Amino acid sequence: MRGRRFFRRRFWDAERARELDAYLAQEIDDNLARGMTTEQARTAAYRKLGNPTRIREEIYTMNSVGALESIWQDLRYGARLLRRNPTFAIVAVLTLALGTGANTAIFQLVNAVRLRSLPVDHPEQLVEIRIVKAPHGRTGQFNGRWPMLSYPLYQKIREEQQVFTDIVAWGSTTFDLSQGGEVRPAEALWVSGNFFPSLGVRPAAGRLLSPADDIKGCGVPGVVLGYPFWQREFGGDPAVVGRSIVLDGHRLDIVGIASSTFFGVDVGRAFDVAVPICARAMFTPNSGGLDRPDLWFLGALGRLKPGVTVAQAGAHLAGLSKGIQAATVSPRYSATDAQDYLEMQLGTLPAAGGISGLRRTYGDSLDVLLAVTGLVLLIACANLANLMLARATAREREVAVRLAIGASRRRIVRQMLSESLLIAALGGAGGLLVAQWFSRFLVAFLSRGGGSPLFVDEALDWRVFLFTAGIAVAACLIFGLTPAIRATGVAPGAAMKTGGRGTTEGGTRFGVRRALVVLQVAVSLVLVVGALLFARTLLNLSRMDPGFRQDGLLTAAFDLKKAGIEPAARAAFDDRLVERLRSIPGVTTVARAFTTPVGENFWNERLLIGGVAQKDAVNINSVGPDYFRALDIPLVAGRDFDARDTPQSPRVAIVTESFAKQYFPGGRVIGQTFQFDAAPGEARPSFEIVGVAADTKYTDLREPFRPLVYEAARQEKEPGSGLRVVIRAQTALPAVSAAVTRAVQEISPSIAIQYRTIGDLVDESLLRERLMATLSGFFGVLAVLIATIGLYGVMSYMVERRRVEIGVRMALGADRAAVVRLIVREAGALLAAGLAIGLVASIFAGRTAATFLYGLTPRDPSTLAIAAAALALVSLTASWIPARRASRLAPTAALREE
Amino acid sequence: MQEDMLQGTLDVLVLKTLALGPAHGHTIAHAIERRSEDVLQVEHGSLYPALHRLEDRGWIASFWGTSENNRKARYYRLTPKGRRQLEQQTNRWDEIVRAVNRILRPATD
Repeated sequence: MRGRRFFRRRFWDAERARELDAYLAQEIDDNLARGMTTEQARTAAYRKLGNPTRIREEIYTMNSVGALESIWQDLRYGARLLRRNPTFAIVAVLTLALGTGANTAIFQLVNAVRLRSLPVDHPEQLVEIRIVKAPHGRTGQFNGRWPMLSYPLYQKIREEQQVFTDIVAWGSTTFDLSQGGEVRPAEALWVSGNFFPSLGVRPAAGRLLSPADDIKGCGVPGVVLGYPFWQREFGGDPAVVGRSIVLDGHRLDIVGIASSTFFGVDVGRAFDVAVPICARAMFTPNSGGLDRPDLWFLGALGRLKPGVTVAQAGAHLAGLSKGIQAATVSPRYSATDAQDYLEMQLGTLPAAGGISGLRRTYGDSLDVLLAVTGLVLLIACANLANLMLARATAREREVAVRLAIGASRRRIVRQMLSESLLIAALGGAGGLLVAQWFSRFLVAFLSRGGGSPLFVDEALDWRVFLFTAGIAVAACLIFGLTPAIRATGVAPGAAMKTGGRGTTEGGTRFGVRRALVVLQVAVSLVLVVGALLFARTLLNLSRMDPGFRQDGLLTAAFDLKKAGIEPAARAAFDDRLVERLRSIPGVTTVARAFTTPVGENFWNERLLIGGVAQKDAVNINSVGPDYFRALDIPLVAGRDFDARDTPQSPRVAIVTESFAKQYFPGGRVIGQTFQFDAAPGEARPSFEIVGVAADTKYTDLREPFRPLVYEAARQEKEPGSGLRVVIRAQTALPAVSAAVTRAVQEISPSIAIQYRTIGDLVDESLLRERLMATLSGFFGVLAVLIATIGLYGVMSYMVERRRVEIGVRMALGADRAAVVRLIVREAGALLAAGLAIGLVASIFAGRTAATFLYGLTPRDPSTLAIAAAALALVSLTASWIPARRASRLAPTAALREE
Repeated sequence: MQEDMLQGTLDVLVLKTLALGPAHGHTIAHAIERRSEDVLQVEHGSLYPALHRLEDRGWIASFWGTSENNRKARYYRLTPKGRRQLEQQTNRWDEIVRAVNRILRPATD
């Protein structure tokens, strides 16, 4: 009842007013009838009724919910105050918004990548099954993002194990959606038949794949589409079920769409299409089929039987390990490889949260970033506290007056609190916006890594936001409440007597403000040091000499599967293609290459010198003539590959300087020979070294130079279905790739092409460093800004408080410089304390960041010095402004106030 | 406590008045005054918060109507809930009166 009338109390007030008027009119009529004069009738009527305004007021209060009414009043008053002091309001709200927003966004990502469970039935029962111990590494061919098991291993484990109700397997690959020309990639999953039913995934339309779909020799299977892909590619049209889709040139029937929540089991990636594992035979007929135990392309998840723990399951698998591996040794393994294989051990890892390459790559970085944003929030809270304290002090006199004329202490405290709450609410709302914007930025940033876009659930996590906003509100309340209570605790007389200068600061309160500034400076320094370390790491990596020149280099990968070229004709075809590309205007050099530095492929073999197996495997690339010229890698000795090197001529190789130094120290290298280890019964051709090239990085820029062998691509006996070339051009690379596409289409329209520039590859490989540098740099600057505002506020306040003292000093002959010195010295003391604490904290914090650094240590003295100097410079400038203001003070004006 | 009792009394008087039929504020005030033979002199203004409160509780309902001398006036009538309330309150009042009487005028043997 009351609630209803509360919202319509204006209406009810008008209603009652009319009613009272009606009463008066009636009474006046009656009185007139009794023979009174008009004047008498009116007066008598009013006397009879009493005071109408008071009656209305009484009814009005009956309608209002008391507390609500005054809170509303307080909020309006608070808003008015904030409007009157916009600088304070903007700074407070903005710092709060940035602090909470950044935290929410990063935590959201951590949550998505690390904490959230897979969207499947009973994710807590899932464990990952993989090789957990491989003392000498694994050998073979590795495909996809999670190459943990081979198909024979998976099959054997399923047969032998007794701890899981079921085991599902999946692998990742990409299919080409186009039919010739530039590749349009689709993220694909190979899934075992039990994958969808066992995980409990439901279809959004049609049906999902079942064990009946995944039978060896299944021919052309059905395909299931991922929900986002279905939306993107087909506009969510349910009629696509039953139609077909072309993948890598094969036409497959679409049998159904997976539910909207299911993105796969690889957190951070969403699959576009899923086909049964048996379809591998159709898609990659040359890879030797599913039975190869040295073809690593599957990941596996097991569902634990009730009552079995992850550790028990692991122990069970470890026990089965030897037998399972003994049954699945690859015939392609050499004796050493086979021995290594038998020494591996199967095991389990908890997998309720799925598996994630994203987590592996960025998990630790996200932790560091979470810590960084946490510190920013800390600074923001400290700043807020400082502002609130300053505000309470400024209003001391007002509060004293209001107490003196009879306001209740509770009422005043509540009013001051409502102002804090208002700031918290505005800051929280701003934080919400910042979080969303920032989270999108993060996902976009991380998506730049390697072709396929990142899939992270961007929906705002309310729990996360409430947590962060809760911190902000708590900070506002604590720091708004304390000064409010203190301000009202002062005897009004005392506060009013001291004029605008305040009494209570007498030490403790101002001490709190100083401590807050010291804290801000210290934390800012930690953040600035971190930002500098990460920025310099990025700089070191991008300035480091990788051994080749990366600008103006394009790689093109051609898929020749559909071009119908006889293996025997391949060498001639390759030569012709390279020749054709060379004639494109602007192209200076074209060379074949199995892979490029920082590329996505790698290849290594165990080296034999003089028939003796060497300890480590050595990295290999297979390149055509001109490769060294294209990448600007100097040949130190010997010759490049050329027309002399054919499949029939003796095998030759070019090695790097590191190779020469490690395996032929001191002696002549040209003319020496080596072999690669091979399976028993296979040939082990001898390679003659014909040249020595300067060192280059292989897959990772952060690694030191390692020995590297270049084979001659022209001597390959079994060319694969692919051909990769590097192209150095003087013209813009997009124009070059367009020209290449045209040229290749002329040769054969069914050739699929994929382009990457080496510059992009290098950039992508430094994505983590760039992320750390960008974000920590941003937060570092933000932290310094907030800390500077804090210091400025405290110094301004101090100048204000000491007006009289400064006036007296100046009247007694202190010059302006002396006044400036006085103030700046005070600021300097706070700064020095903050920097000292900050330096110690930085050194401790640096240890956790050590793994992210390249080319410098976390204690790098010049970094520490630069950070401290920069912070000192900014802070002292900020304190110089109030100092100057103080020095401009007219002594007489200041003294007159006394 | 005393205030509450008086308020309660006023409420029950209003309800009793309305039990005879709908009336507007002016009528109610004068009716109470008249029927108590001018013993209960209420400030007529205090009637209105009481009416408001009773309406809030759903014991009476109101509507705008035309008064006997052709003026717009807000009329009140008793709701079924109000009628029950009146009965209860009357009984309770009788009990209190009997109790107080027993104390003030003990039966003489």
